Formats: sequence, structure tokens, C-alpha cells
Amino acid sequence: MIELDGLTKRFGNKVAVDQLSCRISPGMVTGFLGPNGAGKSTTMRMMLDLDNPTSGSVRIDGKHYRDLSEPLKYIGALLDAKSMHGGRSAYNNLLCLAQSNRIPESRVAEVLDTVGLTAVAKKKSKGFSLGMGQRLGIASALLGDPEILMFDEPVNGLDPEGIHWIRNLMKALAAEGRTIFVSSHLMSEMALTADHLIVIGQGRLLADTSMADFIHQNSRSYVRLRSPQQERLRDVLHAEGIVAVESGNGTLEIDGATTEALGELAARHTIVLHELSSQRASLEEAFMQMTADSVEYHAHSERGAAPPPVGPHWGDQWNRPPGSAPGAPGGSGGSGGSGGSGTGQGA
Amino acid sequence: MASVPAVLTSEWTKIRTVSSTTWTLISAFAVTVAMSAALCAVMNSQFDDLSDAERATFDPTFISFSGMILGQLAMVVFGVLVVGTEYSSGMIRTSLAAVPQRATFLFSKMLVAGVLALVVGMVTSFVSFFLGQALLGDHRIGIGEDNVLRAVFGAGLYMGLIAIFSMGVAAMLRSSMLSLGILMPFFFLVSQILSAVPGAKSVAQYFPDQAGSKIMQVVPDAMNSDPAPYGPWAGLLIMVAWVAASVFGGFLVLKKRDA
Ligand SMILES: Nc1ncnc2c1ncn2[C@@H]1O[C@H](COP(=O)(O)OP(=O)(O)OP(=O)(O)O)[C@@H](O)[C@H]1O
Ligand SMILES: [Mg+2]
Repeated sequence: MIELDGLTKRFGNKVAVDQLSCRISPGMVTGFLGPNGAGKSTTMRMMLDLDNPTSGSVRIDGKHYRDLSEPLKYIGALLDAKSMHGGRSAYNNLLCLAQSNRIPESRVAEVLDTVGLTAVAKKKSKGFSLGMGQRLGIASALLGDPEILMFDEPVNGLDPEGIHWIRNLMKALAAEGRTIFVSSHLMSEMALTADHLIVIGQGRLLADTSMADFIHQNSRSYVRLRSPQQERLRDVLHAEGIVAVESGNGTLEIDGATTEALGELAARHTIVLHELSSQRASLEEAFMQMTADSVEYHAHSERGAAPPPVGPHWGDQWNRPPGSAPGAPGGSGGSGGSGGSGTGQGA
Repeated sequence: MASVPAVLTSEWTKIRTVSSTTWTLISAFAVTVAMSAALCAVMNSQFDDLSDAERATFDPTFISFSGMILGQLAMVVFGVLVVGTEYSSGMIRTSLAAVPQRATFLFSKMLVAGVLALVVGMVTSFVSFFLGQALLGDHRIGIGEDNVLRAVFGAGLYMGLIAIFSMGVAAMLRSSMLSLGILMPFFFLVSQILSAVPGAKSVAQYFPDQAGSKIMQVVPDAMNSDPAPYGPWAGLLIMVAWVAASVFGGFLVLKKRDA
């Protein structure tokens, strides 16, 4: 159990983390979400006592990090892919860490095997690719077989196979009863791994909720219909008092009706359907709406070109609805994603 | 609390598993011994060309350490890299996450690296002394003479202290490049030049290298150098004070600042 209590960090007059209070519980993956510069990495550094908080505190099972003896056996952390001496081999980098916390040397080979770096164990780590560096960092986090694991953007630089692997690793570790705290700026990634969600923007807590609740509250579900007899279909729906919105490509979107009811309705009127599917609005959009006011580093589009569209992400199951999200913030034309969601829909 | 022997073991592994340790320490040894030997040979052949004052204060012991002017620079590099690469590689965060007690971390590192530098310094000074004496011919001195063993021992100590001083500076500046950029010109040029400039002399003789090098002299004001207002042991003490200040400064920076 990790407790943050009024954690605040100021760099000069810039407030990077602002009165952050929350708990991170064992036995689950807690996602730590926020846009660039939200203060995720700073918070994690304070948790490891690397940065001194301006005020507030972090307790790990009631203790301050500095009072842990052999902390690698309590908490393993991956902060940065670049946090090892490049002139030293992967094996020796891990060996130094193991020795400082009296972890048996046999663990070094074990964790190198776990992350798939056995073949390059004796190679100098400066030649490692970003993904290999990330794996080495994960190996160092696992070294002490700790009850708490903290990963700062672990998927950064990993290939799809690696992403899949780290996702399963985190779930497996959580299933063993460990505390997993993982940061990301991708909601879609969190939707696949996290059980609980802590969202921050400009250092402030925006949401502290279970993943299920977040999905429940933030995803609009609707049914998509496509039919060669669209005119008849619309008439039938209209007669039943069902509101259908046309969304281009000859598809209709219907809120608040089940696929079963609509399928039976079409069958009763012998209307041919080419598509009948239930859809969900992208959680990414919900996340962006939540943090829209606190995004600091907007992408500014050049010469009136549309801002880059969001996605596609690996989390295909969270299909974005055609057209812009309901209630998408109107004013902020530059805000990276929400403005772009409509234009990105082309193909 | 972290176990100190465990941290010492870890720091020893860090030092022995990077190549910079080997090449800096071998350079410190080789450069000092080679340059000292060359100067001893030159002195031997040109002894008669020396001025009367130089002949009167001829110090065969001190001459056999003359290569340290260059060799100490390799010790500076060793000391700076031991601490500085923690910062340049980003390793410092990993290291402090493993050993959050910053005093334990820094002093263990300095202890391990300092002892190693001291051992290499001692070997260097003894080899340098005996080789130098062998090349000095009739002008040589034996290790059993008054104060000679003190000077040879002191020369080894000097090398070790230079390395520890550099570690402190690197811990204060948190950068290898910056530390080397300041220390190398300082020890090689600034200190040497200022000690020859009439007005600056009186200040320069309190610099760590100037004060510390007095321990290597057996003849007072060796080779007609300027008389210092302190003896060899007081000179060494001045150097130790510099080293202590640099180590303490490094510790304060590590303790206070975000990693
Ligand atoms: N050492 C520092 N000195 C000054 N400002 C800093 C420092 N570290 C972080 N900041 C500022 O604090 C804010 C939070 O940064 P942080 O790196 O914690 O964000 P983040 O959420 O990890 O972002 P990202 O998703 O890009 O990794 C940023 O505005 C950053 O500029
Ligand atoms: Mg970050």
C-alpha cells in the first residue's frame, strides 16, 4: 500500500505536482494517467525519494522510502530506459544493484532471462536499443522480487510483442497480490491493463476511480446498423420512435437500444442488414475531455491543417464512433486530439 | 538502513567493471614512472650544468616524483569519472533508489575508489622512487636516509588525495565534463603558472597540489623552489583540508538536491 498525502512539488514557480493525495492498493494494476508534463514522472521520483517534495509526503506500508532497508526488496522501479552505466555489461549493471541490497547473484541471470536479455547479458548496455534498455530497466525492477512495482511508461520503445509481454507481466504480478503502479499517456493502453485509474493534469488529481467505473461513466455505447434498404429501415425506426443518426458510409447509429431489439425489429419487417454491431465510444476521448483544460503542450497545426488524429491504437475494441464525440469541447481548436477526432475519420 | 559492507561490495563491482578504471589508473602509474625516470636520467647527465643554488638544494627524492605533475591528471580523471558517470549515464537514480541513504552511498563510493587510488598511488610512488634513484647514479639517495621514506609514502598519499579531491568536485558539479574542464587546466596550468607569478605566489602555495607536494620534498625548498611558510606535514594537512571541504561539499549537494 502506497499513500500519497498532499504531495506537492514546485520547480521555481512552476507547480509540477499539486496537492496530490491518493492510495495505491495491492493486488491490482493502478494506471497513472496524464498528458505530457502532467507530473507523473515527478510524482514517481518523489515516491522513490529521488526528488524532495516541496510539501506533503509519501508512505510505503507506512514508512518513508529512505527508512526502508534494502528497498529493492520492497519496491522495484523502472523510471527511465537510460538509467544504467553504458560502459558496463547488462549483467554487471544488475550485479551492482543486487549486491547493494544483498540480493543473491543468481537472481541476476533469472531476471535477465525473464526479460529476454540472456543472449546480450555480457554486452555493454550502451549498444542497447530503446526497447532493450527498457527491458533492462524492467529487469532491475524485478531484481529484488518486490511487492511493489512501479513503471514509468514501460511500453515506450517496445515492439508489439514486447508490449504484449509487459501487459501480461503486469497482470500476472498483480494477480500474485503485488502492487503495480504504471504510468502512461495512453488511455487505450490502460484500458487493457489497469484495474484502477488515477488521472492527473497539471499536477492535480482529476480522477481516482476503478477502471470499470471509468468505462461505465465515460463510454457511450450505441448500435451501428447498415442496410441496403436504408430508407425503409429509417421509416421503421421512426415509426417505433427510435432516433437514428446517419453517420456517412450508409451507416446509422442508434443510442439506447440493444442489438437484440433492433435485429428482431428488422426481421419482423424483413429488412436485410449488412451490419448490426454494438459499439463503444473511445475511452481516449473521454480521457482527453477530462484533461483538456490541463493539457499544457498543445500541438499547433500549421497553415490551418487539421491537427493529427488520435489513434489508431492497439486497443481496437474501443472503437471510436464515426463523427465527433458527443460533447467534445468546442472552443479549443488546437487541443491535440479532441478537435482532430472528426477530421481523422476519413478512410 | 542499508548494510555498509553490501554497499561497499556493490561500489567495488561498479569500479572494477568499467574500463575507465583500468586505463586511468594504468596511465597514472605509467606516466608518472616514465616521466620521472626520464627526468632523473636527464638530471644525472646534466648535473654539472645546474646553477649553484639548484645544486645546493638538489633533492633526489623529489626529482624522482617529478612525473606526478602529469600523472596526477590521470588520477583526476579517475576520481571525476567514478562519481561523474553516475550522473552522465543516469545511473545515479538507479543507484539512489537502491541505496537511498545518500551519505552511505557517497562515502562508500569514495572509500572504495579512494583506497584503490591510494594503493595505485603508493605503488606508483615506490616504483618511481626506486627507478629514479637507479637512474640518478652518484646523486642518488637511499630510502633509509632521514625523511626519505616519509616523502615516498607522502607521494603515494598525494596521488590518492588528488583522486578523492576530484571525486568531491565531481559530486558538487554533478558532471564529468564540467569537472574535468575545471580541474585539468587548474592542476596543469593555473596552479603551476600562478605559483611562478610573483604576486600570486603567496596565494598559490595554499592550493591543494602546491601545499600537498611539500610532503614529497626531503630537502627544504627543494630545487631552489620558493620557501613555504609551512613544513611538509602542515602542507599535507592543508591538502587534507581541501579534500575534506570538497568531499563535504559534494555530500551537501547530493543530500540537498534532487537526483
Ligand atoms: N528538474 C526539473 N526542473 C524543472 N522543471 C521540471 C523538472 N522536472 C520536471 N519539470 C517540470 O515539471 C512538469 C512535470 O514533468 P513530468 O516529467 O513529471 O511530467 P510527466 O507527466 O512525466 O510527462 P511525460 O508524459 O511527458 O513524461 C513539467 O512541466 C516539467 O517541465
Ligand atoms: Mg514522464
